[in-house]
Amino acid sequence: MDRLDLGGLFIHFLILWFLAIGGPSTILPDIHRYLVEVHHLLTNAQFAELYTLAQVAPGPNAMYVTLIGWHLAGWQGVAATTIPLLIPATTLTLLVGHLNERYPNARISRAIRRGLMPITIGLVLASSTILMRAVNHDWRGYLITLITVVVVLRKPWNPLWVFAGGALAGIVGLV
Amino acid sequence: MDEEELHKAQVSRFALFLAFSRISVTSFGGAIFWARRELVERQRWLTEREFVDVFTLGQLLPGPNVLNLTVIVGHRFAGWTGAAAGAAGFLGWPCLIIVGMGMLYQHYGALPQVQQALTGMSSVAAGLLFATVIKLVTVLPRGWRPWLFGVLAFVGVGVLRWPLLWVMGALAPWAVFAAWKDQE
Repeated sequence: MDRLDLGGLFIHFLILWFLAIGGPSTILPDIHRYLVEVHHLLTNAQFAELYTLAQVAPGPNAMYVTLIGWHLAGWQGVAATTIPLLIPATTLTLLVGHLNERYPNARISRAIRRGLMPITIGLVLASSTILMRAVNHDWRGYLITLITVVVVLRKPWNPLWVFAGGALAGIVGLV
Repeated sequence: MDEEELHKAQVSRFALFLAFSRISVTSFGGAIFWARRELVERQRWLTEREFVDVFTLGQLLPGPNVLNLTVIVGHRFAGWTGAAAGAAGFLGWPCLIIVGMGMLYQHYGALPQVQQALTGMSSVAAGLLFATVIKLVTVLPRGWRPWLFGVLAFVGVGVLRWPLLWVMGALAPWAVFAAWKDQE
């Protein structure tokens, strides 16, 4: 386990948030790489659990970085992972917003959205497989993942119910 | 238009803080539904069309989409401090709730039953991400090129575990340029 370098953590998250055009799930693989594989600050299971806990909290999905920050270093960790989230949102959004607010469907916007969408899909798929490898130890874990996919695609239920089902399956010893 | 301008001038920083607080604490699994309800239906600060425009712009920029929307709307109605008030409402409460959860996790996270529940929930979280992939694939533009970019991004980041900065730096300009040429 490396010693935690808060400045390095801040810079890493700052770079990642500037890349997060497809949303907060697209940077999950790189956060995992940095914290679990390179610096050994979290175990595979801790990483998956912190991400998952944040998904059942109210607020934007992005808050999983705040929970990871808190777990690593308390309020300083929260600052190191959460303040970088605000920087692209304020600087770029206001800059581009001034130029672009009235023409968001201009040709360049469409090219960015259509061009980056496949990359977003590849990155979210990577996020999904990283979580599966972290927590699905045998076929039973994969079965829960598969049931979730089917339920979410077919039923308009609130995901919180699906999480409750997963928790129950875990407690009664199905995983 | 004049009426809208007048309307816009009357939004206070405190009202922005409250509105985005409400959006934030009521939104489980995606804030966009609640943002539209609050800003378009309840407060009537934006028309449907304006909301779509602002949201589209928020999606185009890095970071959480609804946070970007918060900053744009806050800034439009009350300048920099309005953007700050909106962002404080939108992120402040979830931040406190998350820290509360972090404290609980540190105290009880190692208990066997909690561990089992969290493992089951993490299998669900992986499934939710996978379902997102399937939903997005169904609206992918036609042709082989989008698939190529998707596979390259997955292999680079998910299999070879290269830094995201390298992979995005190599793929994103190429992908955007190709999509730009396609429109001609």
